[in-house]
Amino acid sequence: MGESMKTKQQQAYQQLANQSAPPRPVVRNVVCAFIVGGSICLIGQLFWSFLMSRGISPKQTAAMVSGFIALLGAVLTAIGVYDELGRFGGMGAALPVSGFANSIVSAALEFKREGMILGMASKMFVIAGPVIVYGLATAFIVSLIQYAIGAVVK
Amino acid sequence: MAYLMAFLIGGALCAVAQAITDLLKLNPALTMVLSVSAGAILSSLSLYGPLVKVASAGATVPLPGFGHVLVQGMLEGATEGGFIGLMAGGLKAASLVLTIAILAGFFLSLFFNPKG
Amino acid sequence: MTAVPKRMGNQTVGFSQPPRILSVATVAGPREGAGPMGSLLDLVVEDTLVGCKTWEQAEASMLESAVNLCLKKANMSSDKVQFLIAGDLLNQIVSSSYMARQVGIPFIGIYGACSTVSEGIALAAMIIDGGFADYVLVATSSHHNTAERQYRYPTEFGNQRPPTAQWTVTGAAAILLTSQVKSGPMVTSATVGKVLDMGIKDPNDMGSAMAPAAADTIHRHLTDTGRRPQDYNAILTGDLGMVGKKIAGELLRKSGLDLDGILDDCGLKIYSGSQDPHSGASGCACSGLVLGCSLWPQLASGSLRRVLLVATGALHSPLSVQQGESIPSVAHAVCLEG
Repeated sequence: MGESMKTKQQQAYQQLANQSAPPRPVVRNVVCAFIVGGSICLIGQLFWSFLMSRGISPKQTAAMVSGFIALLGAVLTAIGVYDELGRFGGMGAALPVSGFANSIVSAALEFKREGMILGMASKMFVIAGPVIVYGLATAFIVSLIQYAIGAVVK
Repeated sequence: MAYLMAFLIGGALCAVAQAITDLLKLNPALTMVLSVSAGAILSSLSLYGPLVKVASAGATVPLPGFGHVLVQGMLEGATEGGFIGLMAGGLKAASLVLTIAILAGFFLSLFFNPKG
Repeated sequence: MTAVPKRMGNQTVGFSQPPRILSVATVAGPREGAGPMGSLLDLVVEDTLVGCKTWEQAEASMLESAVNLCLKKANMSSDKVQFLIAGDLLNQIVSSSYMARQVGIPFIGIYGACSTVSEGIALAAMIIDGGFADYVLVATSSHHNTAERQYRYPTEFGNQRPPTAQWTVTGAAAILLTSQVKSGPMVTSATVGKVLDMGIKDPNDMGSAMAPAAADTIHRHLTDTGRRPQDYNAILTGDLGMVGKKIAGELLRKSGLDLDGILDDCGLKIYSGSQDPHSGASGCACSGLVLGCSLWPQLASGSLRRVLLVATGALHSPLSVQQGESIPSVAHAVCLEG
């Protein structure tokens, strides 16, 4: 009885807490994310057009543009700019591959004080690791299904 | 035109991710994971390829584009080398960006400290 | 003066010879120095590393500076102090232990998260009123960057904080209590709080997690002492922030106590709105800085007669949150009189 009473009290309280929490400024955040994310992609597109004009294949271009944006994110993280960009742009800064690089470089800088092996190198993937793991797992599953369907149809 | 589409589509992908993060109160790391997986699924449904055609960098630079690259790499590998090709193809396609990010983490940490 | 009973009600202790607060020293970082209380701080460091190799070392060094400043302000040497009670937010309270390694005073380490200030003052007052010591030092610290990397993300990670999030104060405070002087602000009673958990799991919403504990301890203190809210010039919670303060006020109103104009929160006094602290400041140093910069001087000058400091602590760990546990919270109240 005591336990269920307690849960009820907790539920009532959580409702009160939810009502009291200031709403997230969703509209402002979405607009900022749009502008920051769009701008990063625009920078990527400038590089894209340049590479294509030099006669580089589309596939190679796509890889090089992503690599360039990642490098840009990495450098901006090292000089202490990317966290401000993220504070302003939210997912606009996190979603481009520069945000992926930010998650790696920020962790590498942060944890190097615990040593270059067990600090920097091992904790580098504290946020990026899950992105790689789940990305690869999802890609494997959907590709395998598509591959299997293709084999059956054939 | 290509620039405008890259800006609009890239911005829109980020805006959607932001809206999902805020409305469902997700942790940003979780949104990043979901985005890559969503990109992979859309890619296998042949929905992400057309987006890349229209938006170029606007679709490849955001993380769903990373999922798309993994899937396309696996499928290409599969046509050439069957199951083994599929296994090897994903990371092969994503190798440049992964290597750059990891090496940047290593080399930059030699010279820079977090500013807090 | 009538003799004060040592025990009042269930949770409150009274001090028959109230220990006096001889001196309070505050040290803080540049962001706090630029805040509304900046000019009142004893020492503002320009760099959050304070010349150290790591932020953890910097936090311990700020704590050590606060302790030394506190002794200097009271014109005391450390060998006259019989106990040093200290705590902080880091794993195994390392900031306090490394500080204690340097100052050489018999050390009692405590963990109460951000409630450490009032937990420490309550314990120190009991030790002194019990006759076990003449001088006891209480010290506590927090550091934005050490807390960020322990509880949340790497500091350079570009994440966006929700409006309920709070900003950990970079700073340290030290408080010297004694039975040996006859004037100055004194600790007259203390209410030790119970740990409450209303099932809040979001570590970005600690105000909501801690508000029930704060309201419960305030209610308990007023019941035990038989006082009304109006008997206090101010009742100050520790670091509930805007969100938690609103909820605590609401909870107290529901239990029949109207604290309008009396209830305030230390977390709202450290940063100005333009410093973008979201819901407010937090951290062990938060209520310590407010005590040193605002409460102690005003009690000493007589512009405040009686205040209740109710520091609040969220007692979770990063591990417990990852394992899906909710956030247990505690609040301890100390009654300070001029």
